[in-house]
Amino acid sequence: MKIKTGIKGREFRGLRKYEAMEIKEDIYAYDDLSVLQDMKAPQYTHATGMRSLEELLERDKQREKDGFPRKIRIGRLMKPGKGDKGKIVVVPTTVEEKFIHDHSIQAPGQEGGSGGSGEGEEGDIIGEEPIRNGTPSGAGPGEGEGGEHEIESSAYDLGKILTEKFELPNLKDKGKKRSLTRYTYDLTDRNRGFGQVLDKKATLRRILRTNQELGNIPDWEDIDPTRFLISPDDLVYRILSPEKDFESQAMVFFLRDYSGSMAGKTTDLVVTQHVFIYSWLLYQYARQVESRFILHDTEAKEVDDFYTYYNSQVAGGTKVASAYRLVNEIIKKENLAADYNIYVFHGTDGDDWDTDGRETIPELKTLLNYTNRVGICITEHASSVTHNTEMERYLKQSHFLEEKPKLIRLDVMEESAEESRLIEGIKVLISP
Amino acid sequence: MELISLHAKKIMEGCKERAREVGLTFSDETLEYIVTNRDLLELSPKVMIPTLYDYWVHDVEVLREKGRYELYPGNPYETVINTRPPISFYNDNNPDWLNVMIFYHVLGHVDFFQNNAFFRNTWDYDFLGRALSDKRVIAKLRAENGRWVDYIIEFTRGIDNLVGYFGELARLDSPEPERGRKMLDYYFDIFLQSVKKTRISDYIKEVDRYNTFQKQYGARGEEAFFVEVKKEHPEFEAFLEKHLKMKPVQRMDLIEYLMQNAAFLKKEENRWMKSVMNVVRNTSLFFAPQIRTKIMNEGWASFWHEILFMQDDRIKGHEVDFARVNAGVTAMPRVGLNPYALGLRLFYHIKDLADKGKLSHAFQQISNVRQREAFDTGARKGQDMLLWIRENLCDFMFINTFVDQDFMTHNNLFVAGTRLNEKKMVWEYFIKSKKAADYREMLKDSLYHPPAITVDPEKTKEGHLYLVHQFEGKPLVSEYIPNTMLGVEFLWGGPVSLETTEVASVGPSAVSALDSAPGSAPAVGVKPEVNWQRVIYTMQDRKLTKEIL
Repeated sequence: MKIKTGIKGREFRGLRKYEAMEIKEDIYAYDDLSVLQDMKAPQYTHATGMRSLEELLERDKQREKDGFPRKIRIGRLMKPGKGDKGKIVVVPTTVEEKFIHDHSIQAPGQEGGSGGSGEGEEGDIIGEEPIRNGTPSGAGPGEGEGGEHEIESSAYDLGKILTEKFELPNLKDKGKKRSLTRYTYDLTDRNRGFGQVLDKKATLRRILRTNQELGNIPDWEDIDPTRFLISPDDLVYRILSPEKDFESQAMVFFLRDYSGSMAGKTTDLVVTQHVFIYSWLLYQYARQVESRFILHDTEAKEVDDFYTYYNSQVAGGTKVASAYRLVNEIIKKENLAADYNIYVFHGTDGDDWDTDGRETIPELKTLLNYTNRVGICITEHASSVTHNTEMERYLKQSHFLEEKPKLIRLDVMEESAEESRLIEGIKVLISP
Repeated sequence: MELISLHAKKIMEGCKERAREVGLTFSDETLEYIVTNRDLLELSPKVMIPTLYDYWVHDVEVLREKGRYELYPGNPYETVINTRPPISFYNDNNPDWLNVMIFYHVLGHVDFFQNNAFFRNTWDYDFLGRALSDKRVIAKLRAENGRWVDYIIEFTRGIDNLVGYFGELARLDSPEPERGRKMLDYYFDIFLQSVKKTRISDYIKEVDRYNTFQKQYGARGEEAFFVEVKKEHPEFEAFLEKHLKMKPVQRMDLIEYLMQNAAFLKKEENRWMKSVMNVVRNTSLFFAPQIRTKIMNEGWASFWHEILFMQDDRIKGHEVDFARVNAGVTAMPRVGLNPYALGLRLFYHIKDLADKGKLSHAFQQISNVRQREAFDTGARKGQDMLLWIRENLCDFMFINTFVDQDFMTHNNLFVAGTRLNEKKMVWEYFIKSKKAADYREMLKDSLYHPPAITVDPEKTKEGHLYLVHQFEGKPLVSEYIPNTMLGVEFLWGGPVSLETTEVASVGPSAVSALDSAPGSAPAVGVKPEVNWQRVIYTMQDRKLTKEIL
């Protein structure tokens, strides 16, 4: 029996015959109900969850009025589903602060390790785990940590909450570029007598009505359809008709550095921020938003959906220029500039092999010609909090930030940033 | 929630009889309930105590990544709770044979709850009943004071891991010593050492003299000794009287200290807050023994479910089913710690030691491996030893005393380390050490251990509360400090300072080397050097300041 638990475990690949197995964080993660009785942690339902979220946020507002900092955070754990882009898992979370020991910092030579058992000598390698997280024990994107108490919600709802409760700004001008209206043809109109496709259900309804009016249905308990009289007028058809179709008003490009150094917390921050921004735009544009996802290390590529965007990780170096170049190419090739409000959001840790921005700056300049906003978020590593990353340096030298404050924004935060800081960062990036 | 069927209850009663036969002791009455997903939804935030007070945080998913067990000592999904009578929870569709195994496991826990000395503070009352009355108190106060009740709960919970659990145990365990004992203690512990400042050699002579008197005069030896003492130190009696009149210094935890001394809480309109604080403190004390005996408790329950299940004549034919489930529960993981497996093996190990008379000086003196293995005095004291251990030890003592090299070798144990393999971009798990000492350290490091933070009465002046964190090699989680101190400031009603230790600087670490530009030198392999500094955080008017000492 594989030991299952509601509390998170990690996948572990052993070199030998050990297949994937779960490693629990500590001895206190075990409990009788899951270990002995195989009972899973209970599932919260959508309905109870959303209601309490409203309540919780209301309570949180009251807290602030009473002079205490807010405690509720939302959406820290998200599992975007494959394909369905509008679906997001919102998890209202909080933490009860206490004085507790910080195990992450230890004096040299004191670092722990875990227990183990089985064959092998000191020094033997017994297994490996692919780097997806910063440290092997870290929580990372895509892990089912919020498995139990998650609340499914649409990104639109999240955007609404973000706008209302966290006071994210509303867009002042919803699109200088007009929204296109075009017609598509669909089999939606109904017509009696003739048409392309017989609407069987509607037809049957009419036949029943006719026969009732004729008194041809003596007993409703026992209907004999073979005795029905059918008038030619009873046949209902669907016919092709023009329909209005609204085109998206906004096109958002999400760019993410997925090089090796981004592992762990930085990725988590960037992706969370992008989910928030996406949700906010979705609400602002009343769902008329299209999004594109681009990952880059030294080379850039476009991926299909948020799921892939969220979960990908490679080990390469970093060239920011590649991503901007790809966006420029896409915009040009698809002639997007004419029809869309274009937003570009880029998350990185600030490392760039193009240390003085010689390649990046020209690409960025081109990009600024047709975008509404470029928002760059740099999450600095704890070990190098200096406001001196390569990217930040050359961006400042370019003077774009002062010259075009409406078009480009930069936010720099530490990788240990809390959700409240994240929201502040979003305000910086998107405020008018 | 509904009770288990009569059929299942009958099986349970049969299990009780068999468990008593092997020496387990527990109360006659127990309650067993079937729980559904819906029940768990309500129970798990309340640590399986159905009558626990309501608190809004119970309805929210709590961030788990960081030191979860340190924030929440109670287990959210326990099968049996330590109440009078004990209550246990079952899945609806367990087959009988599985229930037999679980019943034995539950009885192991109940026996442990009711006999282990660390649970002494939970023996005299039924927590379920107390929790119910507490819940009503809080509901009533909430009707009167609204959300402020929740703030008091929140702020008190912020320091509820600092409760003086061991002080509470000591209070319960040591009866007031009689006068003669007090005189003896005072003479040797205080009078000679603090008042007279006797030299060590003289002190030892004095101890010898006392022992001689005891030998010479038997029961009246002490009396005779003190006649001599009083002759020698005429002032002794006066000093003793003065000492006895002095109130014993009570060691209070932070919550107690606030309740007794905070001017804010003494105000008439704030008196109700103390009731809330008391509820939170008592709840925390109730869960304290559980988390300090996780390995023992699970090991003990697993040990007995294994032995008793195999002896049970009622489940013939389900040995294979049992073996599968049991292996899942008690198998040692290749990497990681399983308290069931570890505790179980330690109990077997100790039983073996005691059966063969290996818990003796004679055995310890043997260094020859073969002789050690063959050693057997035929003592057969295993069973007694196990019962004694479950009565008197907690996880720390259990591990510290019995995880030895023989145990390591016998069970193929090792400390597993992780390191980064940059070429393959994987974390490698490797065998770091097979030494018992290292394994013990690793285990001890993973045990629950709240920081030692106490009030410094000397430095607490003029309404300014001064807390001291005794540094034990690990700093506090810094992001939690502001809000926790905010709560203490509120309850105290004035400025609060916390003296603690934190990282001053860290040497180069390997993180930044991960994808540094080609050409720049990678810094891998350099162990980060940590320099510590003592700092004082002060919370005043809801503003936090920091000062380096």
